[in-house]
Amino acid sequence: MRRFSISPPVAAILLAIVLFLLSGFLPNGFGNDINVAIAQATNIVRLAVFLGVIAAGQTLVIISGFEGIDLSAGSVVTLTAILTYVTVKGEDDKVLLALLISLSVGALIGFINGLGITFLKISPFVMTLGMSGVVTGLIIIINHGNVSGKVAPIMTRLIARPLSPDIPIPNAIIIWIIFGFLMWLLLERSTFGKHLFAIGVNRVTAKLSGVNVTATNLAVYSLASALAGFGGFLVVGNTGVVFIALGQPFLFPSIAAVAVGGTLLSGGKGSYWGTMAGAIVLTLITSLLTTMQMPDSVRRMVLGATLLVMISIYGRQRGFRQ
Amino acid sequence: MKRFSWDELMNRYPALFAILLLVVALIINFILQPNMFARDTLNSNMRVFLPMILLAAGQAIVILGGGIDISVGGIVSIVNTILATQVGLNGSPEKMWTYVFVSLGAGILAGAINGFFIAFLRLQPIITTYATSFLYVGFALFILPNPGGGIPAAIANVYRNTTPLGLPLAFYVIAVVLLIWMYVRSTRFGNYLYAVGGNAEAAYETAVPVTWVLFSTYVVSGFMAALAGIAITMLSGSGNAEIGVPMTLTSITAVVIGGTALSGGVGGVAGPVVGAITLGIIQNIISFSRIDTWWETFVKATIIVVALAAPGIINLLRRKKV
Repeated sequence: MRRFSISPPVAAILLAIVLFLLSGFLPNGFGNDINVAIAQATNIVRLAVFLGVIAAGQTLVIISGFEGIDLSAGSVVTLTAILTYVTVKGEDDKVLLALLISLSVGALIGFINGLGITFLKISPFVMTLGMSGVVTGLIIIINHGNVSGKVAPIMTRLIARPLSPDIPIPNAIIIWIIFGFLMWLLLERSTFGKHLFAIGVNRVTAKLSGVNVTATNLAVYSLASALAGFGGFLVVGNTGVVFIALGQPFLFPSIAAVAVGGTLLSGGKGSYWGTMAGAIVLTLITSLLTTMQMPDSVRRMVLGATLLVMISIYGRQRGFRQ
Repeated sequence: MKRFSWDELMNRYPALFAILLLVVALIINFILQPNMFARDTLNSNMRVFLPMILLAAGQAIVILGGGIDISVGGIVSIVNTILATQVGLNGSPEKMWTYVFVSLGAGILAGAINGFFIAFLRLQPIITTYATSFLYVGFALFILPNPGGGIPAAIANVYRNTTPLGLPLAFYVIAVVLLIWMYVRSTRFGNYLYAVGGNAEAAYETAVPVTWVLFSTYVVSGFMAALAGIAITMLSGSGNAEIGVPMTLTSITAVVIGGTALSGGVGGVAGPVVGAITLGIIQNIISFSRIDTWWETFVKATIIVVALAAPGIINLLRRKKV
């Protein structure tokens, strides 16, 4: 009965390769130079790391079903990036503290999302969109026009630089591979992962089989925002600057990346490695549009159309006439 | 056994909560602004509230039918940019009329695109209209990349200062909207709408044309969003592609506090209209209470979240009592 013989993550990887090869034909593409091609491909993957980490939380809430989604991810990224920036102040020994703050502030925001969604029955979309406004308000209060701070040298060394001068693999990619492995453990090899997929498929049957739906749901939203917080920490470590609109551009692509990776937006089915492939595809599309000097308007329309196409392929609900 | 229990009242009059909230908000606003019922003040308030009232009425129809429309803000933006670029600051009234009809057509078309994907392709409403919202805002940015343009002041003043029989124009518009809604509810379409929103599968079994009913709700919402876009353009007199973006969540909040459940099939249009006015008055209160500018976004967003949570909190408290 399967309509597609290849799995969505594989399809996403193939799509990424095709897009990348096509980009070589652009006037300022890599042309015939294999070294330039490798350097460009590495750079795309490096840029995809940040989207990929932010989309990890999105993957979790979307798998949890019940129209799960996290629209506060973008503003959480900005908030934790700013918090990291002002906490670290250029000192290496404050980096761990900043990471801890980022994760716990994220988790707290996610926990509030979870409370609203589980106990007050607010739809996740509306709750997290409202929360996004609240977090943006917090950012404005903290930011107060401008913030003073600095990222620590060790963050730049561990996130933005390559492994060593001889091995030109950016550290960010190494971090992503480890992160991806941990996500795989969480989703496929842990009790939490099993419960997550169970509540995504059907909450009633999950509850009847002994899954604590409420606790799992709260944990999912807390963890998702904590991961967005980690994303903010990474982003500021990479760019070294903060501004109010830092995180928002990641939001829509993070959802599209999950959809491209074949995670069902209705929940219960998906993988983080699909999202990783999706993040690479989305980053490629964005950088292609930038290379082609397309304005923001075209970029948005292409992103919107991409998501629309992906949900038309994977997201059809059962028809009435069955 | 109380004869008039709160439950019963709320079930019979879903707009009751909104009206109570409105009265409280009105009293607070009156204390802060004693001249608020003077003719000029009333008009200047109502003309600011009208775009949201129109938007909330359209959103209510979609939500009654069991869906949600995240793209309404994008449609407002498209209409605003069409009018601001095509009519121009020196345009003639005839030109304005032409593009008012073009705008209404654009709103219906945008709604029809939403309706096509949701009703005919059976995609999830939230994620579909989220994708199209990106498409629509992108398109608005494509028409008008930077804020600017506008409509002639003389035309804008028609909207701003028309007060037939001394009552603000908005009163007449609200009356027309509510009269049309009262008529629609009494028709077969009205019954279909509640049937589809309550239980689409059951409605399909009883030969309700579910697909067409769903499709039409998005077309109505697109049309109302276009009207809101025209109203807000005449109010501001200028163009800005991002103008509609923050309006989406507010329109949903207006529907929720208006007693129309997000699950569909319960409520009406009158409640959301009252909800939109209430939110406008709360906005007034915020600006009159002279809070620190840095805190404004945070306070507004928190009020939105609390308003969204209100029905859930009431439910929670009531369940505890029983």
